[in-house]
Amino acid sequence: MKIELDMSRLGESRWYEYLVRFVFGGCVTALAGLIAKRYGPTVGGLFLAFPAIFPATATLIEKHEKDKKTRNGMDGTERARIAVGLDAVGATLGAIALTVFALIVWRELPRVSLAIVLPGAMVAWTVTAALGWMFWEFLRNQGRTRRQHASQRIAKSSVNKSSLSKSSVHADPSINRRMQ
Amino acid sequence: MKELVIRVVAGGLVVSVFALLGDILKPKTFAGLFGAAPSVALVTLILTTMKDGKEYASLEARSMILGAIAFFLYAGIVSPLLLRLRWRVLPTTGLSMILWFAFAFGLCYATLGWRG
Repeated sequence: MKIELDMSRLGESRWYEYLVRFVFGGCVTALAGLIAKRYGPTVGGLFLAFPAIFPATATLIEKHEKDKKTRNGMDGTERARIAVGLDAVGATLGAIALTVFALIVWRELPRVSLAIVLPGAMVAWTVTAALGWMFWEFLRNQGRTRRQHASQRIAKSSVNKSSLSKSSVHADPSINRRMQ
Repeated sequence: MKELVIRVVAGGLVVSVFALLGDILKPKTFAGLFGAAPSVALVTLILTTMKDGKEYASLEARSMILGAIAFFLYAGIVSPLLLRLRWRVLPTTGLSMILWFAFAFGLCYATLGWRG
């Protein structure tokens, strides 16, 4: 599947939706700092991987997908649920990349400058996420092809069976008698 | 207070940028990657290193590994709940946050203990 940029989606969001995400993201970042200050870096560090964007984005995706369908006079609940579910699949793959990001920062930061470690970890996140997604797409396509082949085989065999049974009934009555 | 304001503004900006990228990219599964971007981590690690030093920030990153594993489990549970079991979006994504807390703190306690 091709990766595309769809700038028209920017127009779908209202200004307050951007504000909500800004405030939510800012609050989580501030909270991570406060927790680290109060309980130390071990507990505070957990919140560096807090799902800050995902739940906020999920509700927006649901709203936009529902709105789209409602404009066309349809119920968008099902479509919205699938869209958020697929977004969650992406977030699962992104979380693997997030683990790699954290691993690099943990191992390298004490020895190397932050100006090198952070961009390096960011590149590692991007590469791991992209590779994970490509691998997932590959597996998904393989599964799709396998299912298509299986359904084609079933269709073929059912056609053969029906033509066989038709021929056995109508084509040669003597064979029918012998089979009975 | 000044530091808190910087965290809110910088964190809000970075989270918004990643969320925006997730908005404009297609397909949905690819856009979803940005839901797990290191947005909070980027700002926090820069500010923590400046204030408390690299060793302290490195300890935070060590715990972040566990938080990221908890995120993986959280998102990995949410997606089949929505796609296969057809649960409703808001209760599923919202209530499943409890799972993130349970996994993150459980892993933290099991591997590092509360004090690390």
